[in-house]
Amino acid sequence: MLLVVEQLLNGLQFGLLLFLLAAGLTLVFGIMDFVNLAHGSLYMMGAYFAATFAAWTGSFIIGIVLALGATLLLGMVLEYVALRHLYGRDHLDQVLGTFGLILFFNDAVRLIWGPAGLSLPLPAWLTVPIQIVPGVFYPSYRLAIIAVSLVVAALLYLVVMRTRVGMLIRAGASNREMIGALGINIRLLFTLVFGLGAALAGLAGLMQAPILTVQIGMGENILILAFVIIVIGGIGSIRGAFLAAIFVGMIDTLGRAYAPDLLRHLLSPTAASTAAPALSSMLIYLLMAIVLVVRPEGLFPASKR
Amino acid sequence: MADPLLSVKNLSRRFGGIVATDDLSLDVVRGELHAIIGPNGAGKTTLISQLTGQLQPNSGSIHFAGRDVTRLPAYRRSALGLARSFQITSLLKDFTAIDNVALAAQAHDGHSFRFWGNARKELHLRKAAMAAMERVGLGQRAESIVSELSHGEQRELELAVALASKPQMLVLDEPMAGLGVTESARMVKLLRELRREVTIVLVEHDMDAVFALADRITVLVYGRVIACDVPAAIRQNPEVRRAYLGDQQVVTHHG
Amino acid sequence: MTVMFNVRSVVWALVIVSLMLLPLYSSVSGNIFILTLFTRIVIFALAAVSLNLIMGYGGMMSFGHAAYLGIGGYAVGILAYEGIGSGFIQWPVALLASALFALVIGALSLRTRGVYFIMITLAFAQMAYYIASGMARYGGDDGLTIYKRSDFGGLINLSDRTQFYYVCLACLFGGIYLVWRIVNSRFGLVVQGVRSNEQRMEAIGFHANRYRLVCFVISGMMCGLAGALLATNTDFVSPSIMYWTRSGDLMVMVILGGIGSLFGPVIGTILFLVLEESLSQVTEFSGIIIGPLLLLIVLFARGGIDGWLGRLRRG
Repeated sequence: MLLVVEQLLNGLQFGLLLFLLAAGLTLVFGIMDFVNLAHGSLYMMGAYFAATFAAWTGSFIIGIVLALGATLLLGMVLEYVALRHLYGRDHLDQVLGTFGLILFFNDAVRLIWGPAGLSLPLPAWLTVPIQIVPGVFYPSYRLAIIAVSLVVAALLYLVVMRTRVGMLIRAGASNREMIGALGINIRLLFTLVFGLGAALAGLAGLMQAPILTVQIGMGENILILAFVIIVIGGIGSIRGAFLAAIFVGMIDTLGRAYAPDLLRHLLSPTAASTAAPALSSMLIYLLMAIVLVVRPEGLFPASKR
Repeated sequence: MADPLLSVKNLSRRFGGIVATDDLSLDVVRGELHAIIGPNGAGKTTLISQLTGQLQPNSGSIHFAGRDVTRLPAYRRSALGLARSFQITSLLKDFTAIDNVALAAQAHDGHSFRFWGNARKELHLRKAAMAAMERVGLGQRAESIVSELSHGEQRELELAVALASKPQMLVLDEPMAGLGVTESARMVKLLRELRREVTIVLVEHDMDAVFALADRITVLVYGRVIACDVPAAIRQNPEVRRAYLGDQQVVTHHG
Repeated sequence: MTVMFNVRSVVWALVIVSLMLLPLYSSVSGNIFILTLFTRIVIFALAAVSLNLIMGYGGMMSFGHAAYLGIGGYAVGILAYEGIGSGFIQWPVALLASALFALVIGALSLRTRGVYFIMITLAFAQMAYYIASGMARYGGDDGLTIYKRSDFGGLINLSDRTQFYYVCLACLFGGIYLVWRIVNSRFGLVVQGVRSNEQRMEAIGFHANRYRLVCFVISGMMCGLAGALLATNTDFVSPSIMYWTRSGDLMVMVILGGIGSLFGPVIGTILFLVLEESLSQVTEFSGIIIGPLLLLIVLFARGGIDGWLGRLRRG
């Protein structure tokens, strides 16, 4: 039972992390109608920046702050130099162009940091387990991730729902011509939104860094998960992305935790241990397939195009 | 009137809170040219789309040639002989003109799960397509790519495509939209010839054309039929004048 | 296709003749490596040709085409592992399995359009990838070694380098010929019409999705064949040939060569794999060059190499 609580928290933590990644993706997708496969590369860059800056400055916090700024900047430069030329192209062109960027980033990272992964050690105060209910200890760092993600999600919600920029973002997601007609500097808005998305991806990456190793290709699997989430949630919908992210995070975590035990009743122990991770990964894609078959535009379509 | 080819009963279609088709009933008799007019937003295109299957009604029924087609998809209605042209020209723009027409002929000539033979060398399809092209006066432009045709030629091609499927009924959504004076005159002449061969439902804004061509006219306002009669009676109908024609002088000056 | 004498036809003819004479060159010069490389290229070209059928002619942007490479490969690998060595069983099973997979995922995916279609095909391919990773009996993540190549009863010997190359080449040319026949057939015109304007095709009496689905299945079978060849070529099959980046590679090959062009995918595959191979000899960081190059191609070279060759004729 106590283990269940821990697994549920793990699922929530992973889901929130996925939301940070998916939020940027769905904003960019919703407003600019732009499919950005390189979003996963920004996630990876966030982790690499954090590991590097933390090692340079000797401070975890300063490292993280610098890394956030660096990813934001990288995202805006990327948008300005390359990606804005892909707006208005068909999705296939965008998929291919940003696919090229993935290849570029992977090898650029290999060139700069080498093929071996990095690690981002946690400061001591983040490694103490905290007792959340009597008898249940939970790593303080994971709690911190949950807290930060929730705060960011709330801020994002406020920005999108309550501010002028947010209004433009929502207007853009449902009706692209309208923001043009309002005489807004769309290019600047796009660059800003893209930078915001990049920073969110970077944040997700650097928060995940101390838990997993920082390595090349770390952004790819999780990018596909983020795509699954925005497709399930309905492209352009922040709310849909949030719910779908929590859902996917739970399925993935609980599947990994409990599928081996369940499968052991059916298969031999070795077969079960091979099949279980595969099964829980599959569950997510199965879920997406079911959602798309039943509701081809996702659960919460932002609008009718 | 006996033997309606198309019979619409109590058709309704809503979009959110807007009622685009409101308990609409309509009969089209075999052999007539039946015009549907109404001010903008009266739900004409919505009605046509329900007739030909691009859109499903919320309630009501549509019978065509004695069959209930209310729930049939567009391609099945086309197979029964119900052809439509689109208001906004909707052709295969990267195909040649004759390929567009030949595909319509092909659709009504057995199945198309033939993977080997060259379809462009099937003479009977090409001949049928060419006949339809010549019928609308496009014989010379057969090998042109559609996107290179003028707007007027594309409107004529729309008609040729509809004709090539040898329909029992043609449903034409504003065939004159965007045409110049001479092109319009040609289109009217063409429709006058065609109406001898096929039943036509015509939605059109050009009142001169409508009153010159139609056997009967249905007037639509806010998705409802407010009148359905011969042109002379429609012209006299006070409700029509008030609701729709009142602000247009077309009616009075045209005989 | 024009039979006119132009740059494009000359290039095509040169490519065809070179591919046919390659084993000769390889044995005269003693360069075995080039034969190995081009066997791989020819196999991937077949996969690219199959993807081009749905993408270029059918307008279906599948981002999960590598799944068929795995299905074809695993069909051969698993049967060999289970002691069924006859190619007359292995290969038809590979084709059938691919067809079946294409039928199921096609029927579901074709309910969606646009980017949702791209994503759902990707999701199904990832599912196939994870299924393969989960098959403990057949090596899971580590993959499955094929100890004995398919036995065609002395008719052909797949273990002979040159014979195997010609088998692959025959499959490629056969695939291209098939696509050419299909594209000009009644079926092909309908599929291309649906790509151009689905609503119009439904209005003149075609059930668009039925034609799309059949096209999807044909393409899947062709790619499954490529998968069987690929597994035979390496005597090995693993989940990694189904990974989503592999599907991306296939798309790149098609676009690079020219989407919707008969020979384009072949030229695109040659270029992509030769570039990858030669860059990997110069630097281990080939992505730094290939990546931006890809972006530039997308930005500036629409229609791919074949489109460019087509324009040369006039200029």
